[in-house]
Amino acid sequence: MEKRFVYADNSATTKISKSVLDAMMPYLTEAYGNPSSIYKLGRDSKRAIENAREKCAAALGCTPSEIYFTGGGSESDNWAVTGTARKLAASGKKHIITTAVEHHAILHTCAALEKEGFEVTYLPVDSEGKISLTELENAIRPDTALVSIMYANNEIGVINPISEIGKICRKKGVLFHTDAVQAVGNVPINVVEQSIDMLSLSGHKIHAQKGVGILYIRKGVNLPNLINGGGQERSKRAGTENVPAIVGLGVALENAVSDIPGKIEKVSKMRDKLIDGLLKIERTRLNGSRTDRLCGNVNISVEGVEGESLLLSLDLKGICASSGSACTSGSLDPSHVLLALGLPHEVAHGSLRLSISDETTDEDIDYILEVVPEVVERLRAMSPLWERIKKGE
Amino acid sequence: MLYSEKVMDHFSNPRNVGEIENADGIGEVGNAKCGDIMKMYLKIDDGVITDVKFKTFGCGAAIATSSIATEMVKGKTIDEALKLTNKAVVEALDGLPPVKLHCSVLAEQAMKSALSDYYRRQGIDPVPIVGEIGECEACH
Repeated sequence: MEKRFVYADNSATTKISKSVLDAMMPYLTEAYGNPSSIYKLGRDSKRAIENAREKCAAALGCTPSEIYFTGGGSESDNWAVTGTARKLAASGKKHIITTAVEHHAILHTCAALEKEGFEVTYLPVDSEGKISLTELENAIRPDTALVSIMYANNEIGVINPISEIGKICRKKGVLFHTDAVQAVGNVPINVVEQSIDMLSLSGHKIHAQKGVGILYIRKGVNLPNLINGGGQERSKRAGTENVPAIVGLGVALENAVSDIPGKIEKVSKMRDKLIDGLLKIERTRLNGSRTDRLCGNVNISVEGVEGESLLLSLDLKGICASSGSACTSGSLDPSHVLLALGLPHEVAHGSLRLSISDETTDEDIDYILEVVPEVVERLRAMSPLWERIKKGE
Repeated sequence: MLYSEKVMDHFSNPRNVGEIENADGIGEVGNAKCGDIMKMYLKIDDGVITDVKFKTFGCGAAIATSSIATEMVKGKTIDEALKLTNKAVVEALDGLPPVKLHCSVLAEQAMKSALSDYYRRQGIDPVPIVGEIGECEACH
């Protein structure tokens, strides 16, 4: 097969879609008014933001006044967790529950709060990447301020039972936040029906631009201001709004939820072909549940091969992918998510994540399935670890 | 990770990959847990390294440093090979990202480990000649 460019890293970021860019364009050029200004140019910007807010609210099943635009998923996560913790600490609630496999935006925020005297319970996951609802329920204490559990995992694509978690938290009277950055557009979400008190999402994972996101905050949940200043975002996140980005996000989110069942059907077929094809390579394994899995996520471990050299080799062939190996993270430990599944370090080092979208084609899948085995064979041929594995040492 | 063109060249076309049957010295450093293992094979005739091969499990920098290290010692005397430093390996690759410097240390150690093995096979204590081969600091 001829060399081609295949973007299979949609969990890292996505391409801005044409409809999003078209909607943004006027606000990057002639419609540059400050939304807080009184004259028409300003009012037009204000209207554009509120229009986007309405679209976002409709997509999540909430009211527009519950949508707060932020600078992205990490910012939303930080605000939800730190804000809730600070607010409820005053009433003696200094305990947070989360999972061992959250994004670092949650884990590092929790670690920072631990230094301030908060206590954090990190729920473990089983070998498929699933938490236990019983363990969650048992972990909730009278002084628990917040439960923060991701909707779907960014590395292994495992989807959590968010409605059940919401129900448990509501029953116990504890606030529930979910990082839905990877889930939006891939699973139907309704914050009211699912008893979600706060939800983070990011624009650039759903074909909008980087640097914009949302924190949904249910009416009645009163978080402290994130940024003090002017009256933007109901005074909670001050600063002149990023109008083009917000307008783009509105369109992107509307697009993302327009046909979720159709997307799942189309993308999961390609995903399954990819998984089945890659698992034909000897000594590979699928990481994360096969069934409760994002329609576009593939994560496999390839024994005897190191992740970064796998990625570089794929890049030379035009394929963009990612890995949970230490070498790609800049740290010395492989992915905390893969280690939480119980994978040995040496197997976690050899992980490969491919995240496809509805723009991925069957030809792309065939190309990946042709290239990956070749690349793995080349790297294994020079790997002393593979030599040992083959000898059964 | 910003790699130089030299690193990418040695990664995509590594020199001297493989094993040497009846090698005169074999050295292995690193471990699977850390994600890097380098194995070097030397053929030595009259104090000259006439052939050298390597096998590496590791990242792009690990493969590139092993590859260039084999090039740097091939055809050289043992004395010259003993002078191979991680710094020289880094320079020859037009630099490495800071987090990858330990890979160059590993390449130097792999070479020294193979030379130590050569001396040991000759019944000579390698420590006074090659020195102690420390563990890679990054692995601890």
